[in-house]
Amino acid sequence: MAGGALVVLVAIAFSVGRFPVTPGELLAVLWSKLTGTPHGLPVSIDTVVFNVRGPRIAAAILVGAALAAAGAAYQGLFRNPLVSPDILGVSTGSALGAVVGIYLSLGVVAIQTLAFVAGLGAVAVVYAIGTALRRHDPILVLVLAGIVIGTLLGSCVSLLKYLADPYNQLPAITFWLLGSLASVTLGDVRAIVPGVMLGLVPLVLLRWRMNVMTLGEDEARALGVDTHRLRLAVVAAATLMTAAVVSISGVVGWIGLLVPHLARFLVGPDFRRLLPASILLGAGYLLGVDTLARTAARIEIPLGVLTAFIGAPFFIWILAASRRGW
Amino acid sequence: MDRLRVERLAFGYRGRVVGRDVSFAMAAGEVLCLLGPNGSGKTTLFRTLLRLLEPHGGAVLVEGASIAAWPRRQLARVFGYVPQAQTGTFPFTAREMVLMGRTAHVGLFASPSADDLRHADAALEALGIAHLADRPYPEMSGGERQLALVARALAQEPSILVMDEPTASLDFGNQVRVLSHVQMLARRGIAVVLSTHDPDQAFLCADRVALLRDGRLAHLGATADVVTPTTLRETYGVDVDVVTLTRDGRTVRVCLPSLERRRPG
Repeated sequence: MAGGALVVLVAIAFSVGRFPVTPGELLAVLWSKLTGTPHGLPVSIDTVVFNVRGPRIAAAILVGAALAAAGAAYQGLFRNPLVSPDILGVSTGSALGAVVGIYLSLGVVAIQTLAFVAGLGAVAVVYAIGTALRRHDPILVLVLAGIVIGTLLGSCVSLLKYLADPYNQLPAITFWLLGSLASVTLGDVRAIVPGVMLGLVPLVLLRWRMNVMTLGEDEARALGVDTHRLRLAVVAAATLMTAAVVSISGVVGWIGLLVPHLARFLVGPDFRRLLPASILLGAGYLLGVDTLARTAARIEIPLGVLTAFIGAPFFIWILAASRRGW
Repeated sequence: MDRLRVERLAFGYRGRVVGRDVSFAMAAGEVLCLLGPNGSGKTTLFRTLLRLLEPHGGAVLVEGASIAAWPRRQLARVFGYVPQAQTGTFPFTAREMVLMGRTAHVGLFASPSADDLRHADAALEALGIAHLADRPYPEMSGGERQLALVARALAQEPSILVMDEPTASLDFGNQVRVLSHVQMLARRGIAVVLSTHDPDQAFLCADRVALLRDGRLAHLGATADVVTPTTLRETYGVDVDVVTLTRDGRTVRVCLPSLERRRPG
Protein backbone atom coordinates (compact mmCIF):
# COMPACT_ATOMS: atom_id res chain seq x y z
CA MET A 1 0.00 0.00 0.00
CA ALA A 2 2.79 2.40 0.94
CA GLY A 3 4.52 1.48 -2.33
CA GLY A 4 1.38 2.39 -4.28
CA ALA A 5 1.13 5.70 -2.43
CA LEU A 6 4.75 6.43 -3.40
CA VAL A 7 3.96 5.81 -7.11
CA VAL A 8 0.99 8.20 -6.88
CA LEU A 9 3.23 10.79 -5.20
CA VAL A 10 5.77 10.46 -8.02
CA ALA A 11 3.00 11.01 -10.60
CA ILE A 12 1.78 14.09 -8.71
CA ALA A 13 5.33 15.43 -8.37
CA PHE A 14 5.81 15.21 -12.15
CA SER A 15 2.49 16.86 -12.90
CA VAL A 16 2.94 20.02 -10.80
CA GLY A 17 5.31 22.92 -11.42
CA ARG A 18 6.05 25.36 -14.20
CA PHE A 19 6.09 22.60 -16.84
CA PRO A 20 3.41 20.05 -15.86
CA VAL A 21 3.94 16.50 -17.16
CA THR A 22 0.78 14.37 -17.05
CA PRO A 23 1.06 10.69 -16.10
CA GLY A 24 0.20 9.78 -19.70
CA GLU A 25 2.99 11.94 -21.09
CA LEU A 26 5.36 10.56 -18.47
CA LEU A 27 4.62 6.97 -19.50
CA ALA A 28 4.97 7.87 -23.19
CA VAL A 29 8.35 9.50 -22.62
CA LEU A 30 9.61 6.59 -20.49
CA TRP A 31 8.32 4.06 -23.06
CA SER A 32 10.07 5.82 -25.93
CA LYS A 33 13.28 5.96 -23.91
CA LEU A 34 13.10 2.23 -23.24
CA THR A 35 12.19 1.17 -26.77
CA GLY A 36 14.03 3.90 -28.68
CA THR A 37 10.89 4.88 -30.64
CA PRO A 38 9.88 8.58 -30.90
CA HIS A 39 6.93 9.68 -28.74
CA GLY A 40 5.69 12.59 -30.83
CA LEU A 41 5.57 15.01 -27.89
CA PRO A 42 7.55 18.28 -27.65
CA VAL A 43 11.28 17.69 -27.11
CA SER A 44 11.21 19.98 -24.08
CA ILE A 45 9.30 17.27 -22.20
CA ASP A 46 12.37 15.04 -22.47
CA THR A 47 14.45 17.75 -20.83
CA VAL A 48 11.94 18.23 -18.02
CA VAL A 49 11.61 14.52 -17.33
CA PHE A 50 15.24 13.44 -17.59
CA ASN A 51 17.25 16.52 -16.68
CA VAL A 52 15.13 18.70 -14.40
CA ARG A 53 12.28 17.09 -12.56
CA GLY A 54 13.30 13.42 -12.82
CA PRO A 55 16.68 13.79 -11.08
CA ARG A 56 15.08 15.95 -8.42
CA ILE A 57 12.34 13.40 -7.73
CA ALA A 58 14.87 10.56 -7.68
CA ALA A 59 17.05 12.56 -5.30
CA ALA A 60 14.13 13.28 -2.96
CA ILE A 61 13.31 9.55 -2.83
CA LEU A 62 16.93 8.53 -2.20
CA VAL A 63 17.63 11.22 0.39
CA GLY A 64 14.37 10.62 2.27
CA ALA A 65 14.78 6.83 2.24
CA ALA A 66 18.40 6.98 3.38
CA LEU A 67 17.84 9.47 6.22
CA ALA A 68 14.80 7.57 7.51
CA ALA A 69 16.57 4.19 7.35
CA ALA A 70 19.62 5.59 9.14
CA GLY A 71 17.34 7.12 11.78
CA ALA A 72 15.49 3.83 12.36
CA ALA A 73 18.80 1.98 12.70
CA TYR A 74 20.24 4.53 15.15
CA GLN A 75 17.11 4.68 17.32
CA GLY A 76 17.37 0.92 17.75
CA LEU A 77 21.12 0.82 18.18
CA PHE A 78 21.14 3.59 20.81
CA ARG A 79 17.91 2.31 22.38
CA ASN A 80 16.56 5.81 22.33
CA PRO A 81 13.62 7.11 20.28
CA LEU A 82 14.99 10.67 20.40
CA VAL A 83 18.06 9.83 18.34
CA SER A 84 18.48 10.99 14.74
CA PRO A 85 21.20 10.11 12.18
CA ASP A 86 23.05 13.28 13.29
CA ILE A 87 23.78 11.87 16.77
CA LEU A 88 27.36 10.85 15.91
CA GLY A 89 28.11 14.11 14.08
CA VAL A 90 27.80 13.01 10.46
CA SER A 91 25.66 15.99 9.37
CA THR A 92 27.75 18.51 11.26
CA GLY A 93 30.89 17.02 9.77
CA SER A 94 29.40 17.19 6.28
CA ALA A 95 28.24 20.75 6.93
CA LEU A 96 31.75 21.79 7.92
CA GLY A 97 33.18 20.11 4.81
CA ALA A 98 30.71 21.90 2.54
CA VAL A 99 31.17 25.25 4.28
CA VAL A 100 34.95 24.97 3.92
CA GLY A 101 34.41 24.24 0.22
CA ILE A 102 32.14 27.26 -0.21
CA TYR A 103 34.50 29.46 1.81
CA LEU A 104 37.38 28.46 -0.48
CA SER A 105 35.11 29.12 -3.51
CA LEU A 106 35.56 25.57 -4.82
CA GLY A 107 33.41 23.95 -7.51
CA VAL A 108 30.21 22.02 -6.85
CA VAL A 109 31.76 18.56 -7.14
CA ALA A 110 34.62 19.53 -4.83
CA ILE A 111 32.16 20.89 -2.26
CA GLN A 112 30.12 17.67 -2.38
CA THR A 113 33.23 15.51 -2.06
CA LEU A 114 34.45 17.56 0.91
CA ALA A 115 31.03 17.24 2.56
CA PHE A 116 31.01 13.46 2.07
CA VAL A 117 34.56 12.92 3.33
CA ALA A 118 34.15 15.25 6.31
CA GLY A 119 30.93 13.49 7.36
CA LEU A 120 32.69 10.11 7.34
CA GLY A 121 35.71 11.64 9.10
CA ALA A 122 33.66 13.15 11.93
CA VAL A 123 32.00 9.81 12.74
CA ALA A 124 35.34 7.99 12.47
CA VAL A 125 36.80 10.35 15.10
CA VAL A 126 33.76 9.88 17.36
CA TYR A 127 33.95 6.11 17.01
CA ALA A 128 37.68 6.09 17.71
CA ILE A 129 37.09 8.06 20.92
CA GLY A 130 34.30 5.67 21.90
CA THR A 131 36.55 2.65 21.33
CA ALA A 132 39.49 4.20 23.19
CA LEU A 133 37.45 4.87 26.35
CA ARG A 134 36.56 1.25 26.99
CA ARG A 135 35.97 1.46 30.71
CA HIS A 136 32.57 3.10 30.27
CA ASP A 137 29.28 2.02 28.77
CA PRO A 138 30.05 1.87 25.02
CA ILE A 139 26.74 3.43 23.91
CA LEU A 140 26.94 6.31 26.37
CA VAL A 141 30.54 7.10 25.41
CA LEU A 142 29.63 7.10 21.71
CA VAL A 143 26.71 9.48 22.21
CA LEU A 144 28.69 11.83 24.45
CA ALA A 145 31.65 11.84 22.05
CA GLY A 146 29.20 12.53 19.21
CA ILE A 147 27.73 15.51 21.05
CA VAL A 148 31.15 16.93 21.94
CA ILE A 149 32.60 16.54 18.44
CA GLY A 150 29.35 17.79 16.88
CA THR A 151 29.41 20.93 19.00
CA LEU A 152 33.07 21.51 18.18
CA LEU A 153 32.46 21.16 14.44
CA GLY A 154 29.38 23.37 14.74
CA SER A 155 31.57 26.09 16.23
CA CYS A 156 33.93 25.78 13.27
CA VAL A 157 30.94 26.23 10.93
CA SER A 158 29.92 29.34 12.86
CA LEU A 159 33.46 30.72 12.66
CA LEU A 160 33.52 30.26 8.88
CA LYS A 161 30.11 31.91 8.54
CA TYR A 162 31.48 34.86 10.51
CA LEU A 163 34.55 35.06 8.27
CA ALA A 164 32.71 34.44 4.99
CA ASP A 165 31.98 37.12 2.38
CA PRO A 166 28.49 38.29 3.42
CA TYR A 167 27.27 38.94 -0.15
CA ASN A 168 28.28 35.79 -2.03
CA GLN A 169 29.43 33.09 0.36
CA LEU A 170 27.17 33.61 3.36
CA PRO A 171 23.88 33.14 1.44
CA ALA A 172 25.34 30.01 -0.20
CA ILE A 173 26.38 28.65 3.19
CA THR A 174 22.98 29.41 4.74
CA PHE A 175 21.21 27.82 1.78
CA TRP A 176 23.32 24.67 2.11
CA LEU A 177 22.72 24.42 5.86
CA LEU A 178 18.94 24.54 5.31
CA GLY A 179 19.02 21.86 2.64
CA SER A 180 17.71 21.95 -0.91
CA LEU A 181 17.33 19.72 -3.94
CA ALA A 182 16.85 22.67 -6.35
CA SER A 183 20.13 22.25 -8.19
CA VAL A 184 20.40 18.46 -8.17
CA THR A 185 21.60 16.91 -11.45
CA LEU A 186 21.39 13.42 -12.88
CA GLY A 187 25.11 13.10 -12.16
CA ASP A 188 24.50 13.84 -8.46
CA VAL A 189 21.90 11.11 -8.26
CA ARG A 190 24.22 8.63 -9.97
CA ALA A 191 27.02 9.57 -7.58
CA ILE A 192 25.06 8.79 -4.40
CA VAL A 193 23.32 5.58 -5.50
CA PRO A 194 26.30 3.32 -4.59
CA GLY A 195 26.68 4.93 -1.15
CA VAL A 196 22.98 4.59 -0.36
CA MET A 197 22.89 0.96 -1.54
CA LEU A 198 26.08 0.06 0.37
CA GLY A 199 24.37 1.46 3.46
CA LEU A 200 20.94 -0.07 2.97
CA VAL A 201 22.02 -3.63 2.14
CA PRO A 202 23.77 -4.39 5.47
CA LEU A 203 20.82 -2.96 7.41
CA VAL A 204 18.40 -5.20 5.49
CA LEU A 205 20.65 -8.24 6.02
CA LEU A 206 21.11 -7.59 9.76
CA ARG A 207 17.40 -6.83 10.35
CA TRP A 208 16.85 -9.55 12.97
CA ARG A 209 20.07 -8.85 14.89
CA MET A 210 18.98 -5.17 15.00
CA ASN A 211 15.94 -6.19 17.07
CA VAL A 212 18.18 -7.95 19.58
CA MET A 213 20.46 -4.88 19.82
CA THR A 214 17.56 -2.85 21.25
CA LEU A 215 17.69 -5.04 24.39
CA GLY A 216 21.01 -3.50 25.41
CA GLU A 217 24.61 -4.59 25.50
CA ASP A 218 24.50 -7.42 28.08
CA GLU A 219 21.30 -9.08 26.92
CA ALA A 220 22.21 -8.89 23.23
CA ARG A 221 25.58 -10.50 23.91
CA ALA A 222 24.01 -13.17 26.11
CA LEU A 223 21.65 -13.98 23.25
CA GLY A 224 24.61 -14.58 20.93
CA VAL A 225 25.17 -11.24 19.19
CA ASP A 226 28.71 -9.92 18.69
CA THR A 227 27.67 -6.38 19.64
CA HIS A 228 31.03 -4.72 18.90
CA ARG A 229 31.08 -5.87 15.29
CA LEU A 230 27.37 -5.33 14.72
CA ARG A 231 27.54 -1.79 16.11
CA LEU A 232 30.51 -0.99 13.87
CA ALA A 233 28.69 -2.40 10.82
CA VAL A 234 25.49 -0.44 11.52
CA VAL A 235 27.30 2.82 12.28
CA ALA A 236 29.38 2.45 9.11
CA ALA A 237 26.30 1.69 6.99
CA ALA A 238 24.22 4.55 8.39
CA THR A 239 27.10 7.01 8.18
CA LEU A 240 27.94 6.10 4.59
CA MET A 241 24.32 6.58 3.55
CA THR A 242 23.81 9.81 5.43
CA ALA A 243 27.08 11.39 4.31
CA ALA A 244 26.32 10.45 0.70
CA VAL A 245 22.86 12.01 0.60
CA VAL A 246 23.74 15.06 2.70
CA SER A 247 26.57 15.84 0.26
CA ILE A 248 23.99 16.61 -2.47
CA SER A 249 21.01 17.81 -0.40
CA GLY A 250 22.63 19.78 2.39
CA VAL A 251 21.39 19.33 5.95
CA VAL A 252 17.74 18.21 5.91
CA GLY A 253 16.64 17.82 9.50
CA TRP A 254 13.69 16.03 11.06
CA ILE A 255 13.29 13.13 8.63
CA GLY A 256 15.63 10.77 10.48
CA LEU A 257 13.90 11.55 13.76
CA LEU A 258 10.28 11.77 12.66
CA VAL A 259 9.80 9.08 10.02
CA PRO A 260 10.96 6.11 12.17
CA HIS A 261 8.42 7.20 14.79
CA LEU A 262 5.65 7.27 12.22
CA ALA A 263 6.77 3.88 10.89
CA ARG A 264 6.86 2.37 14.39
CA PHE A 265 3.42 3.81 15.04
CA LEU A 266 2.12 2.04 11.92
CA VAL A 267 3.96 -1.32 11.88
CA GLY A 268 5.46 -1.77 15.37
CA PRO A 269 9.10 -1.96 16.50
CA ASP A 270 10.13 -5.18 14.70
CA PHE A 271 13.00 -4.06 12.44
CA ARG A 272 11.97 -6.59 9.77
CA ARG A 273 8.91 -4.42 9.10
CA LEU A 274 10.18 -1.13 10.54
CA LEU A 275 13.05 -0.80 8.05
CA PRO A 276 11.01 -1.15 4.82
CA ALA A 277 8.26 1.03 6.28
CA SER A 278 10.80 3.73 7.20
CA ILE A 279 12.36 3.59 3.73
CA LEU A 280 9.01 4.00 1.94
CA LEU A 281 7.67 6.65 4.31
CA GLY A 282 10.94 8.59 4.26
CA ALA A 283 11.00 8.58 0.47
CA GLY A 284 7.36 9.65 0.27
CA TYR A 285 7.68 12.29 2.97
CA LEU A 286 10.66 14.05 1.42
CA LEU A 287 9.19 13.80 -2.08
CA GLY A 288 6.00 15.45 -0.82
CA VAL A 289 7.88 18.13 1.07
CA ASP A 290 10.20 18.85 -1.85
CA THR A 291 7.25 19.12 -4.24
CA LEU A 292 5.74 21.66 -1.86
CA ALA A 293 9.08 23.45 -1.58
CA ARG A 294 9.25 24.13 -5.31
CA THR A 295 5.55 24.87 -5.92
CA ALA A 296 4.07 26.46 -2.80
CA ALA A 297 5.65 29.88 -3.26
CA ARG A 298 7.23 32.02 -5.99
CA ILE A 299 10.67 31.25 -4.55
CA GLU A 300 12.16 27.95 -3.40
CA ILE A 301 11.43 27.32 0.25
CA PRO A 302 14.45 25.72 1.99
CA LEU A 303 13.77 22.04 2.75
CA GLY A 304 15.00 22.18 6.32
CA VAL A 305 12.45 24.90 7.07
CA LEU A 306 9.54 22.97 5.55
CA THR A 307 10.42 19.62 7.16
CA ALA A 308 10.46 21.38 10.52
CA PHE A 309 7.21 23.28 9.92
CA ILE A 310 5.41 20.09 8.92
CA GLY A 311 7.38 17.81 11.21
CA ALA A 312 7.00 19.58 14.54
CA PRO A 313 3.18 19.49 14.81
CA PHE A 314 3.14 16.01 13.25
CA PHE A 315 5.62 14.73 15.80
CA ILE A 316 3.54 16.08 18.68
CA TRP A 317 0.48 14.39 17.20
CA ILE A 318 2.29 11.02 17.08
CA LEU A 319 3.41 11.42 20.69
CA ALA A 320 -0.18 12.11 21.70
CA ALA A 321 -1.62 9.24 19.65
CA SER A 322 0.92 6.49 20.40
CA ARG A 323 0.50 4.08 23.25
CA ARG A 324 2.90 3.55 26.13
CA GLY A 325 6.42 2.77 24.97
CA TRP A 326 7.73 3.68 21.54
CA MET B 1 31.91 -35.11 33.07
CA ASP B 2 30.57 -32.01 34.81
CA ARG B 3 28.13 -29.89 32.85
CA LEU B 4 29.77 -26.78 34.28
CA ARG B 5 33.05 -26.53 36.15
CA VAL B 6 34.43 -23.30 37.54
CA GLU B 7 38.08 -23.43 38.60
CA ARG B 8 39.68 -20.82 40.85
CA LEU B 9 37.83 -18.05 39.03
CA ALA B 10 38.93 -14.47 39.75
CA PHE B 11 36.45 -11.89 38.54
CA GLY B 12 35.77 -8.18 38.55
CA TYR B 13 35.91 -5.09 36.40
CA ARG B 14 38.78 -3.64 34.44
CA GLY B 15 41.38 -2.75 37.05
CA ARG B 16 39.29 -3.91 40.04
CA VAL B 17 39.07 -7.49 41.30
CA VAL B 18 35.75 -8.18 43.04
CA GLY B 19 36.22 -11.84 43.90
CA ARG B 20 38.70 -14.70 43.57
CA ASP B 21 39.25 -18.42 44.18
CA VAL B 22 35.67 -19.38 43.29
CA SER B 23 35.47 -23.07 42.35
CA PHE B 24 32.41 -25.24 41.95
CA ALA B 25 30.95 -27.84 39.60
CA MET B 26 27.41 -28.57 38.45
CA ALA B 27 25.76 -31.63 36.95
CA ALA B 28 22.93 -31.64 34.40
CA GLY B 29 19.54 -31.04 36.00
CA GLU B 30 21.02 -29.58 39.16
CA VAL B 31 19.85 -26.36 40.82
CA LEU B 32 22.55 -24.34 42.56
CA CYS B 33 21.44 -21.36 44.61
CA LEU B 34 23.89 -18.50 45.16
CA LEU B 35 23.37 -16.58 48.39
CA GLY B 36 25.28 -13.56 49.56
CA PRO B 37 24.77 -10.05 50.92
CA ASN B 38 24.53 -6.96 48.71
CA GLY B 39 27.88 -6.20 47.15
CA SER B 40 29.30 -9.69 47.68
CA GLY B 41 29.85 -10.09 43.93
CA LYS B 42 26.94 -12.31 42.82
CA THR B 43 26.08 -10.35 39.68
CA THR B 44 29.76 -9.85 38.78
CA LEU B 45 30.34 -13.60 39.14
CA PHE B 46 27.37 -14.33 36.87
CA ARG B 47 28.48 -11.83 34.25
CA THR B 48 31.92 -13.47 34.26
CA LEU B 49 30.39 -16.96 33.85
CA LEU B 50 28.59 -15.62 30.76
CA ARG B 51 31.81 -13.89 29.65
CA LEU B 52 30.07 -10.54 29.62
CA LEU B 53 33.16 -9.72 31.72
CA GLU B 54 36.50 -11.35 31.00
CA PRO B 55 37.85 -13.33 34.01
CA HIS B 56 40.90 -12.02 35.87
CA GLY B 57 42.07 -15.57 36.37
CA GLY B 58 40.98 -19.19 36.56
CA ALA B 59 38.75 -20.99 34.06
CA VAL B 60 35.17 -21.84 33.18
CA LEU B 61 34.74 -25.29 31.61
CA VAL B 62 31.64 -26.68 29.89
CA GLU B 63 31.68 -30.47 29.50
CA GLY B 64 35.42 -30.25 30.14
CA ALA B 65 36.14 -27.63 27.44
CA SER B 66 37.32 -24.13 28.28
CA ILE B 67 34.96 -21.42 27.01
CA ALA B 68 37.71 -18.76 26.99
CA ALA B 69 37.89 -18.52 23.18
CA TRP B 70 34.28 -19.33 22.29
CA PRO B 71 32.52 -16.87 19.99
CA ARG B 72 29.32 -15.29 21.31
CA ARG B 73 27.02 -17.49 19.29
CA GLN B 74 28.53 -20.70 20.64
CA LEU B 75 28.29 -19.33 24.19
CA ALA B 76 24.62 -18.44 23.68
CA ARG B 77 23.81 -22.00 22.58
CA VAL B 78 25.05 -23.29 25.95
CA PHE B 79 24.36 -20.46 28.42
CA GLY B 80 20.92 -18.96 28.88
CA TYR B 81 20.65 -15.75 30.88
CA VAL B 82 17.65 -14.40 32.74
CA PRO B 83 18.47 -10.84 33.82
CA GLN B 84 16.30 -8.79 36.13
CA ALA B 85 13.35 -7.57 34.08
CA GLN B 86 13.43 -4.01 32.79
CA THR B 87 10.66 -2.14 31.02
CA GLY B 88 12.27 -2.22 27.58
CA THR B 89 12.59 0.71 25.20
CA PHE B 90 10.37 -0.40 22.34
CA PRO B 91 6.95 -2.12 22.47
CA PHE B 92 7.92 -5.58 21.20
CA THR B 93 5.24 -8.16 21.89
CA ALA B 94 5.90 -10.98 24.34
CA ARG B 95 6.15 -13.39 21.39
CA GLU B 96 8.76 -11.24 19.62
CA MET B 97 10.65 -10.93 22.90
CA VAL B 98 10.73 -14.72 23.36
CA LEU B 99 11.61 -15.21 19.69
CA MET B 100 14.78 -13.19 20.32
CA GLY B 101 15.91 -16.14 22.44
CA ARG B 102 16.34 -18.04 19.15
CA THR B 103 18.97 -15.61 17.84
CA ALA B 104 21.91 -17.95 18.45
CA HIS B 105 20.16 -20.54 16.25
CA VAL B 106 19.45 -18.04 13.45
CA GLY B 107 22.03 -17.28 10.74
CA LEU B 108 23.74 -13.87 10.85
CA PHE B 109 21.79 -12.47 7.88
CA ALA B 110 18.63 -14.57 8.41
CA SER B 111 15.38 -14.16 10.30
CA PRO B 112 13.75 -16.71 12.63
CA SER B 113 12.06 -19.57 10.76
CA ALA B 114 8.66 -21.17 11.33
CA ASP B 115 10.48 -23.73 13.47
CA ASP B 116 11.94 -20.96 15.64
CA LEU B 117 8.44 -19.51 16.01
CA ARG B 118 7.20 -22.92 17.20
CA HIS B 119 9.97 -23.00 19.83
CA ALA B 120 8.94 -19.54 21.03
CA ASP B 121 5.26 -20.49 21.27
CA ALA B 122 6.13 -23.73 23.08
CA ALA B 123 8.20 -21.74 25.59
CA LEU B 124 5.33 -19.29 26.18
CA GLU B 125 3.06 -22.30 26.69
CA ALA B 126 5.48 -23.95 29.15
CA LEU B 127 5.58 -20.79 31.27
CA GLY B 128 1.78 -20.49 31.20
CA ILE B 129 1.77 -17.11 29.45
CA ALA B 130 0.62 -18.15 25.96
CA HIS B 131 -2.42 -15.89 26.37
CA LEU B 132 -0.07 -12.88 26.70
CA ALA B 133 1.80 -13.60 23.45
CA ASP B 134 0.56 -10.48 21.63
CA ARG B 135 0.75 -8.14 24.64
CA PRO B 136 3.42 -5.39 24.31
CA TYR B 137 6.25 -6.22 26.69
CA PRO B 138 6.37 -2.72 28.30
CA GLU B 139 2.65 -3.03 29.16
CA MET B 140 3.10 -6.32 31.03
CA SER B 141 3.36 -6.46 34.82
CA GLY B 142 6.72 -7.10 36.48
CA GLY B 143 5.81 -10.75 37.12
CA GLU B 144 4.66 -11.33 33.55
CA ARG B 145 7.84 -9.74 32.19
CA GLN B 146 9.98 -12.01 34.37
CA LEU B 147 8.08 -15.06 33.11
CA ALA B 148 8.59 -13.84 29.52
CA LEU B 149 12.34 -13.60 30.13
CA VAL B 150 12.37 -17.16 31.50
CA ALA B 151 10.43 -18.25 28.40
CA ARG B 152 13.01 -16.48 26.24
CA ALA B 153 15.81 -18.40 27.99
CA LEU B 154 13.87 -21.65 27.48
CA ALA B 155 13.43 -20.93 23.75
CA GLN B 156 17.20 -20.48 23.61
CA GLU B 157 17.56 -24.22 24.49
CA PRO B 158 20.53 -23.73 26.81
CA SER B 159 22.17 -26.52 28.79
CA ILE B 160 23.14 -24.09 31.57
CA LEU B 161 20.82 -21.32 32.79
CA VAL B 162 22.05 -18.32 34.80
CA MET B 163 19.28 -16.44 36.63
CA ASP B 164 20.17 -13.18 38.38
CA GLU B 165 17.71 -12.68 41.26
CA PRO B 166 14.76 -13.95 39.23
CA THR B 167 12.33 -13.29 42.07
CA ALA B 168 13.48 -9.78 42.98
CA SER B 169 10.63 -7.25 43.09
CA LEU B 170 7.97 -9.88 42.36
CA ASP B 171 4.88 -10.39 44.50
CA PHE B 172 4.58 -13.55 46.58
CA GLY B 173 2.54 -15.53 44.05
CA ASN B 174 4.90 -14.71 41.17
CA GLN B 175 7.92 -15.63 43.31
CA VAL B 176 6.44 -19.08 43.88
CA ARG B 177 5.55 -19.42 40.18
CA VAL B 178 9.09 -18.55 39.07
CA LEU B 179 10.59 -21.03 41.56
CA SER B 180 8.31 -23.83 40.33
CA HIS B 181 9.45 -23.05 36.77
CA VAL B 182 13.06 -23.28 37.96
CA GLN B 183 12.33 -26.86 39.00
CA MET B 184 10.60 -27.53 35.67
CA LEU B 185 13.71 -26.32 33.81
CA ALA B 186 15.97 -28.52 35.95
CA ARG B 187 13.77 -31.56 35.22
CA ARG B 188 14.40 -30.87 31.53
CA GLY B 189 18.10 -31.47 32.25
CA ILE B 190 19.22 -27.85 32.40
CA ALA B 191 21.79 -26.97 35.06
CA VAL B 192 20.30 -23.89 36.76
CA VAL B 193 22.33 -21.46 38.85
CA LEU B 194 20.31 -18.66 40.42
CA SER B 195 20.95 -15.94 42.96
CA THR B 196 18.49 -14.79 45.58
CA HIS B 197 18.30 -12.78 48.76
CA ASP B 198 15.83 -15.17 50.38
CA PRO B 199 17.39 -18.29 51.99
CA ASP B 200 13.91 -19.87 52.14
CA GLN B 201 13.98 -20.07 48.36
CA ALA B 202 17.15 -22.14 48.60
CA PHE B 203 15.28 -24.63 50.80
CA LEU B 204 12.40 -24.67 48.31
CA CYS B 205 14.16 -25.25 45.00
CA ALA B 206 17.93 -25.77 45.33
CA ASP B 207 19.95 -28.99 45.45
CA ARG B 208 23.00 -27.16 46.70
CA VAL B 209 23.85 -23.70 47.98
CA ALA B 210 26.94 -21.57 47.46
CA LEU B 211 27.42 -18.77 49.96
CA LEU B 212 29.39 -15.86 48.55
CA ARG B 213 30.99 -13.40 50.96
CA ASP B 214 33.36 -10.59 49.92
CA GLY B 215 33.90 -12.27 46.58
CA ARG B 216 34.88 -15.68 47.96
CA LEU B 217 32.88 -18.86 48.44
CA ALA B 218 32.45 -19.05 52.21
CA HIS B 219 30.40 -22.26 52.04
CA LEU B 220 29.37 -24.75 49.36
CA GLY B 221 27.28 -27.84 49.88
CA ALA B 222 23.82 -29.37 50.35
CA THR B 223 21.24 -26.72 51.27
CA ALA B 224 20.59 -28.07 54.78
CA ASP B 225 24.32 -28.10 55.53
CA VAL B 226 25.03 -24.58 54.29
CA VAL B 227 21.92 -22.65 55.36
CA THR B 228 22.24 -22.78 59.15
CA PRO B 229 21.75 -20.23 61.93
CA THR B 230 25.54 -19.92 62.21
CA THR B 231 26.25 -19.24 58.54
CA LEU B 232 23.29 -16.88 58.22
CA ARG B 233 24.50 -14.85 61.20
CA GLU B 234 28.03 -14.76 59.78
CA THR B 235 26.73 -13.68 56.39
CA TYR B 236 23.88 -11.30 57.12
CA GLY B 237 24.60 -10.28 60.73
CA VAL B 238 21.12 -11.21 61.98
CA ASP B 239 19.81 -13.99 64.22
CA VAL B 240 17.81 -16.67 62.43
CA ASP B 241 16.25 -19.95 63.54
CA VAL B 242 15.98 -22.73 60.99
CA VAL B 243 12.73 -24.54 61.73
CA THR B 244 12.02 -28.07 60.54
CA LEU B 245 8.48 -28.96 59.50
CA THR B 246 6.86 -31.99 57.93
CA ARG B 247 4.70 -31.64 54.85
CA ASP B 248 3.34 -34.59 52.85
CA GLY B 249 5.68 -36.85 54.83
CA ARG B 250 8.75 -34.90 53.77
CA THR B 251 10.97 -32.75 55.94
CA VAL B 252 11.04 -29.10 54.91
CA ARG B 253 13.04 -26.26 56.45
CA VAL B 254 12.18 -22.60 56.79
CA CYS B 255 14.12 -19.64 58.17
CA LEU B 256 12.60 -17.66 61.01
CA PRO B 257 14.49 -14.44 61.64
CA SER B 258 14.43 -12.80 65.06
CA LEU B 259 13.76 -9.07 65.18
CA GLU B 260 15.26 -8.73 68.68
CA ARG B 261 18.94 -8.92 69.41
CA ARG B 262 19.73 -11.93 71.51
CA ARG B 263 22.32 -11.78 74.18
CA PRO B 264 25.44 -13.61 73.18
CA GLY B 265 25.98 -16.93 74.90
